[in-house]
Amino acid sequence: MTTQEALFKYTLRIGDNDLILGHRLAEWCSYGPTLEEDLALTNIALDLTGEAQALLQYAAEVEGKGRSADDLAYKRPERQFYNSIITELPKGDFGYSIVRQFLFDAYELPFFQMLTKSKDETLSAIAHKAVKEVKYHLRHSANWVIRLGDGTEESHNRVQKSLNDLWEYTGELFEMDEVDETVLKEGIGVDLTLVKAEWDETVNKVLAEATLTRPEDGWMQTGAKREGIHSEYLGYILTDMQYLPRAYPDAQW
Amino acid sequence: MEELDKLQQFQQKIDAEKKIEPKDWMPEDYRKHLIRQISQHAHSEVIGMQPEGNWITRAPSLRSKIILLAKIQDEAGHGLYLYSAAETLGISREEMINQLHTGKAKYSSIFNYPSLTWADIGAIGWLVDGAAIVNQVSLQRTSYGPYSRAMIKICMEESFHQRQGYEIMAKMAQGTPEQKEMAQDALNRWWWPSLMMFGPHDNESAHTGNAMKWKIKRETNDELRQKFIDKTVQQAEVIGLTIPDPDLKWNEERGHYDFGEIDWEEFWRVVNGNGPCNKKRLNHHKKVHEEGRWVREAAAAYAKKQKNKQIAA
Repeated sequence: MTTQEALFKYTLRIGDNDLILGHRLAEWCSYGPTLEEDLALTNIALDLTGEAQALLQYAAEVEGKGRSADDLAYKRPERQFYNSIITELPKGDFGYSIVRQFLFDAYELPFFQMLTKSKDETLSAIAHKAVKEVKYHLRHSANWVIRLGDGTEESHNRVQKSLNDLWEYTGELFEMDEVDETVLKEGIGVDLTLVKAEWDETVNKVLAEATLTRPEDGWMQTGAKREGIHSEYLGYILTDMQYLPRAYPDAQW
Repeated sequence: MEELDKLQQFQQKIDAEKKIEPKDWMPEDYRKHLIRQISQHAHSEVIGMQPEGNWITRAPSLRSKIILLAKIQDEAGHGLYLYSAAETLGISREEMINQLHTGKAKYSSIFNYPSLTWADIGAIGWLVDGAAIVNQVSLQRTSYGPYSRAMIKICMEESFHQRQGYEIMAKMAQGTPEQKEMAQDALNRWWWPSLMMFGPHDNESAHTGNAMKWKIKRETNDELRQKFIDKTVQQAEVIGLTIPDPDLKWNEERGHYDFGEIDWEEFWRVVNGNGPCNKKRLNHHKKVHEEGRWVREAAAAYAKKQKNKQIAA
């Protein structure tokens, strides 16, 4: 695997996470439990989609085959998406979306913080901008995990169940393969074992405050980030997302 | 002071173009009229998120998705801002939402029409926001201070939305034949409902009388409608779309466009609940409000616990 190939896939993984999770969050539009939260969730969706745009544009440049960010978002088939499965799961109830968001934000913040040190100037610049946004995302989702965990009995039970259900999807975020090793060696990528250590710390602290129980680590879902083998849900996301560009391939929007 | 004196002073203040502020004395009918109008306006912003939100996951490019997301957030922000303005008149947001759910409060009837193709997102921005701006620019000079200030802020964002909507229409009108067809179709479907947004003719409008005297409204429904038509006809021509009104023509003498008769039967039918999406929009809002109950209860319970802890410490 050349550095260029590794960098392409590495950038796609980060961009796809943001694109797909942004898509899921955008589904909250007009569905929020309060108008303020409707705004907050779609605002985070907006940040993530913006980050995805920058990342996919860079991935397209790295690939060097004349594709655009939109080509990568709207013309790629399922098996060429490399987001982690946790990002594509249906939005569930508010608590489910919040717990998913928290588990992801707690990963993404240290990830982007470490990526600011990348020797790759573009990734470093994108990470610098993203860190500012993701700090807010994490503050928002962590506060809600605490409120819901330590709120009413119903809210506690709901988010504990969401946490239990989502746990098996967290392992994939920290998997490292040849792509990661290659970019890490070049000083471009991030050591995910370090990200995991920070993630553990954040998760333990917030769950404790939320009076929630951290699930035992067991078997972890895998396959999407490494080789594009997803859950059944991604296909439906792409069916929506790619409908217009695929139905009218000659059209400009 | 006698009630009559207060009323006289109130009217003098209005006539002198001074703003009425929340703590000032105001006639009960003025308060009622404002609560009705501002809450209706707030509900419209919120219900309007549904037809537009309908296309977020199908926006055809990253740029258009980002613009649409940002736009809908602006609308939600307007809703918040307007609810707050109405709250200064002594009604809570919960009460306003309750009035929406029971049908006592209305929202703009335009959102009872469906957004069927991507061109509808263009048409909503161009025509619906375009019509809203004409109304809101006029309301910047409304006599109630908090409402007037809300309108100034909102107008800045709405004019941006209108340009973005027009850009979508322009791109599609100059795109492939299928895109052009979608754009024309969206204009055909949204044109007349947009004209209805200004409400009935002046001689048939129940709320115009005192509203003009109290300068809540500064221009009449028909004046505002005419302004909207005059500025929009040319915009359609520029991008090669046809306004679906065979009677539309420039009247040199009046200095305005003449236009065909609005289907008032349709207007009243939709206002009174029988439009394509009336039930869908309201049921959606009710259902979501109900689904969010446990979240709001949890937030309240948590806040209470925190407060008790502070007191204990």
